[in-house]
Amino acid sequence: MKKNKIKIHKLRCKSCGICVSFCPKKVLAQDESQRLYVLDPSECIGCNICSQVCPDFAIEVIQENEEN
Amino acid sequence: MQGEQYLNPKRIPTIWCPGCGNGIVVHAMMTALDKLSVPSEDVIFVSGIGCSSRTATYAACDNIHTLHGRALPVATAIKLVRPDKKVIVMSGDGDSLAIGGNHLIHAARRNIDLTLIIFNNSIYGMTGGQVSPLTPSGKRGTTAPYGSIEEQFDTVKLLEGAGASYIARSGVSFFQPTVKYMKNAVSHNGFAVVEVITQCPIYYGRMNKHKSPAEMMQWQKENMVSLEKAEKMTEEERSSKILMGEFVCKEKPSYIEKRASMFKELCK
Amino acid sequence: MKKIKDIWQGAEACAYGAMKAGLDFFAGYPITPSTEIAEYLSAMMPKKGKTFIQMEDEIASIVALAGASMAGAKAMTSTSGPGYSLMQEGIGYACMVEAPLVVCNVMRGGPSTGLPTKVSQGDVMQSRWGTHGDHPAIAISPSSVQEMYSMTIEAFNLAEQYRTPVTLLTDETITHMREKIEIDPDKDPPLVRRLCPTCRENYLPYGTFVDDVPVIANLGDGYGTSVTGLSHHDDGFQTADYSISRALIERLSRKVEKHSKEIFDIEVWNEKASIMLVCYGITSRSVKALLARNKECGGGLDIGMVRLKTLFPIHEETLWNSLAHAKHIMVPELNLGQIVHEVKRIVGHQIPVSLISKTGGELINPDELCEEVVKINHAR
Ligand SMILES: Cc1ncc(C[n+]2csc(CCOP(=O)(O)OP(=O)(O)O)c2C)c(N)n1
Ligand code: SF4
Ligand code: SF4
Ligand code: SF4
Repeated sequence: MKKNKIKIHKLRCKSCGICVSFCPKKVLAQDESQRLYVLDPSECIGCNICSQVCPDFAIEVIQENEEN
Repeated sequence: MQGEQYLNPKRIPTIWCPGCGNGIVVHAMMTALDKLSVPSEDVIFVSGIGCSSRTATYAACDNIHTLHGRALPVATAIKLVRPDKKVIVMSGDGDSLAIGGNHLIHAARRNIDLTLIIFNNSIYGMTGGQVSPLTPSGKRGTTAPYGSIEEQFDTVKLLEGAGASYIARSGVSFFQPTVKYMKNAVSHNGFAVVEVITQCPIYYGRMNKHKSPAEMMQWQKENMVSLEKAEKMTEEERSSKILMGEFVCKEKPSYIEKRASMFKELCK
Repeated sequence: MKKIKDIWQGAEACAYGAMKAGLDFFAGYPITPSTEIAEYLSAMMPKKGKTFIQMEDEIASIVALAGASMAGAKAMTSTSGPGYSLMQEGIGYACMVEAPLVVCNVMRGGPSTGLPTKVSQGDVMQSRWGTHGDHPAIAISPSSVQEMYSMTIEAFNLAEQYRTPVTLLTDETITHMREKIEIDPDKDPPLVRRLCPTCRENYLPYGTFVDDVPVIANLGDGYGTSVTGLSHHDDGFQTADYSISRALIERLSRKVEKHSKEIFDIEVWNEKASIMLVCYGITSRSVKALLARNKECGGGLDIGMVRLKTLFPIHEETLWNSLAHAKHIMVPELNLGQIVHEVKRIVGHQIPVSLISKTGGELINPDELCEEVVKINHAR
């Protein structure tokens, strides 16, 4: 079973919301000041779409084995 | 992030507005270079002037940010001096098709070994939202407040007529295909162009009633179809869609090859 | 290279000089009366494995030079009036990014398409202030086929030395005429090449200077060189910071101006004469003819000549010293008065300066010059 680590580069993220809209599992969300946060990491399927649609090199999904 | 090594971390975050698609095009290019394992010392980025043209300055490779519209002749010269390097031009739709239009058709005619990425955001971003040669007819810009009454260029047909030997079109909502076309373009012998449709939410989006950057990207998903899919569509269905894919990919002697054989002949 | 003693056209001498200077890259667009230079080079360069390319216009040509130059090539173009106008934005770019390159502008009658086949000296001020913004300018002016050779080499040396564009400001007549030329390779000046860094550590393209000239790695050498026409930091990245921008603009001009004494070159005949003619280019041929004739006839006129081999930068003290004895200064030009204003600015407060102007595509002949000089002589 794989566990995925979602890494948000806070200094790069411009809170555009694209990743939130494109994540197929609704893993990501924005708070009332538009700041990005991870709602539920366990839902993440590691599809990497968030990273591919992000215009600011600000989000990465690192796939890890649970044993490690 | 894949391709991170081609970016200059000191210059990031970029100047681009939140949700501007330019960064996705850059990410795709850096990913393509990484997949091709091109050392960053072997790449030279060239660009003109415009929001998208700032790309060159964000590269960790040698880079030159030139004049509005003039990236191609600068790049042509650099390639002629350093044929051993990958010379990649990053250009806006105004930069490459309006002020730089003449250089574009001549670079294609020469089949000079360059990769050109056209960031098609259908607008002049840097100067505040004026119409460009790729603004769809009827759409608004700050210099066409009642909608543009001009026709847009079909980049693919234009370049094909001018002699480019590799031409592809993609959109920022289609990351994997974009990376694939960029890989093929960078590896191609001759003049290779990838037009990538991207969003300028600040000007084009606002003036043409798009709600958000994400909505503009969803719009691409709904309105762009691959050449394969388009084949199965009726003429009418197809006419409202933007086609994407590899339109031209042909072998033909490149300028660098022709020059090499002329030199060989003369310097015998 | 072998010794040469022959009759050559000015264009051929220029092309030969460029090859001698180590020309690697030529980009240009045909325009009368400069085209012969490109034609000669299109035949010479490929045989040496050097790139000659005819671009789609002059804008493409000048920016191609900037690109080739930043990638390490010695680069040159040749053009004339309308083409020189089109190149101005690119010349400013080369000033800003500090790309050494040579532009040979063969002056013809203007404005606009004007008199394509006729001589003029109408682009003098354009060679100084043609592009927008404050910027350095070096322009040199040959007056013989021999100098079309030697000054082309000099133009490359100056460009490489100061990392800036240099204009070889010649004209239709000197470029097209055929006359005696003697080349002795042993007498050619040593060639200058820009300095390049040798260490990648802490490299900044605009961060290390030798006498205000940056030591920039060539594009393609993989140093991570970053170049922009925007105002920039030492790392080549854009900035709108006041003090950095101001320091950059000041340094660009200073790197040339502070060497104006070395760069500024003149030829002086009869330094002590009371009437001095300040001239340059083709017009100095008429001045020399007049002076020679005057000498033959027993020297009835007390006339001398200062020929400006360098038009910009002018070293004011040198010019002043060469003219200080004069009672009157006359400046013949094939325009409505351009360099005359520089002369007036420098010596006009002490010595009267008058213009001998001719336009319309014809040379000032020695008789016409003589008439003007005699008028002044009588008036005095
Ligand atoms: C000679 C010249 N004319 C005009 C401009 C002003 N200008 C800067 S960028 C630009 C248009 C940019 O549009 P585009 O190339 O589509 O790039 P974008 O900003 O949309 O990425 C213009 C007109 C200029 N810099 N130079
Ligand atoms: S990897 Fe896929 S599922 Fe996971 S957060 Fe990103 S978009 Fe959502
Ligand atoms: S797409 Fe990128 S910049 Fe936009 S909110 Fe997500 S992480 Fe931030
Ligand atoms: S103005 Fe438009 S193109 Fe320019 S950075 Fe902003 S969103 Fe992008």
